[in-house]
Amino acid sequence: MDMTEIGNWAVDLADVGAIYPMQGMEVLMAIVGIVLWLAWHVWQFKHESAQLKDEVTKLKNGGDG
Amino acid sequence: MDTDIGALTTVFTEFYYWLTVALMFLIHIGFCMYEVGASRQKNTMHTLMKNSMLIPLVTITFFFFGWWIYWAFPNGPFINGGLELETAAANTAWSETMGTNLDDRITGVFWAAFLLFSWTAASIVSGAVIERIQSGAFWVIAVMIGSVTWIIDASWGWHSGGWMVVMLGYHDAYASGVIHAIAGGTALGVLVVLGPRIGKFGPGGIIRNISQQNPWLICIGLFLIYTGFWGFYVACNVPIISPSDIGGNITGVTYTATNIYLAPTTLGAITVNFLMSLSGGMLVGYMVSKGDAFWTYSGGLAGIITASAGNDLYHPIQAMIIGGLGTYAAYKLHYWVEKTFKIDDAVGAVAVHGYAGFIGVVICGIVLWGYPSSPYEGYAVITPWGQFAGAVIMFWVLGFIPGWIAAKIMSSLGMLRIPREIEIAGLDLVQSNLAAADLAEVEAAAKTET
Repeated sequence: MDMTEIGNWAVDLADVGAIYPMQGMEVLMAIVGIVLWLAWHVWQFKHESAQLKDEVTKLKNGGDG
Repeated sequence: MDTDIGALTTVFTEFYYWLTVALMFLIHIGFCMYEVGASRQKNTMHTLMKNSMLIPLVTITFFFFGWWIYWAFPNGPFINGGLELETAAANTAWSETMGTNLDDRITGVFWAAFLLFSWTAASIVSGAVIERIQSGAFWVIAVMIGSVTWIIDASWGWHSGGWMVVMLGYHDAYASGVIHAIAGGTALGVLVVLGPRIGKFGPGGIIRNISQQNPWLICIGLFLIYTGFWGFYVACNVPIISPSDIGGNITGVTYTATNIYLAPTTLGAITVNFLMSLSGGMLVGYMVSKGDAFWTYSGGLAGIITASAGNDLYHPIQAMIIGGLGTYAAYKLHYWVEKTFKIDDAVGAVAVHGYAGFIGVVICGIVLWGYPSSPYEGYAVITPWGQFAGAVIMFWVLGFIPGWIAAKIMSSLGMLRIPREIEIAGLDLVQSNLAAADLAEVEAAAKTET
């Protein structure tokens, strides 16, 4: 499966623009990227909140949980 | 790229901005060392991670939408026109020019130079809030300033067509306001809600000094920030451009370097002025703090920041005096605000960046009064009132207010400040416990195995 229309470099570079793979799917890639970014924040907030709660509990129980 | 001069200009410009990015990395290393040195040992790794993780978060969000904002918002929108959607279309996350593209060799390096400014803006806030903010809360604020508010102010006041430049004659060549004042204002807004570290203030107006774990690391960090600042300065210039490419009032065919507004300057001028304003700041910092290393180094930084708004045009002696004045004011304001409002700015970030940046923008309006703000027709000239309005927009409107609102929202959700028990025990508690457990296991094994 070819990911590009570029078959060889025997071309005038003045006529060449974008050369990255999967051209035409830029919007989809941007959506995937933004979803991953937001999901990371959600995960991080949950992780940090749970970790802080756990540490407070351990401290209140004398440091050994 | 199809003529010799065109190819040389393009490749030189591409390499020039790439080099600024590599140099500006040092600013971030310096900020990390500075913050870690200023924190207590029990918070070392948390402090490091809090600052380090703003790198990926601001980078990806600046790619997703920050860069688009810069190109779409120069008119406000709706202050001096609508959204610049046509120009901004080439700078969306899905534009062909944002990927590997033989037809556009500049957008990528120009984007990266702006991104490193974004890191700096967020990193300034990071230092002020150490040892008691939740990481997740800080990272939301980092994305806010790094990929939204600072780039709005850049679009308004640090863009050749920005409405503040056109209508107010706003001039801020090396970002006294657009980076430093906004970051200081944001930090102050967050600090007001976040509150001081436990033990900083006592009854009867007592202010306690929370000792830094490693003053040497702080000073080396500040030295690295100075070094990276060279990249920051030259990244604010266009290195070489012809009058026909500028398309403004400049006549003839003489190529020149320009500031971000495409008005002429020279690399030589900003090099001398950088060094003279650094020197003015260090001399005054040393004097006013009676030889304290932290404030002497910070004074050098405050000196550069104060003179930055006009360092494309100042005489070197003006740059030195302005740098010294800003440092004196920043130092005095830091302790006055600390005492009066009980603000615990752990590294003096609000003073060195916020107050010095604000003052620098205002002084620029007096010293450069009457200069054209742009090579284009119809722009307001530089004035004290235009600069004062600009400083207020940077520090208060786009800095303090968004910082305060974001902190208030997260505080109301219980996501801003770490629990009191953790603050007292230290944020590296988990790592410390794990390290102690590992050590105990190894020691126990060593006893059984011998």
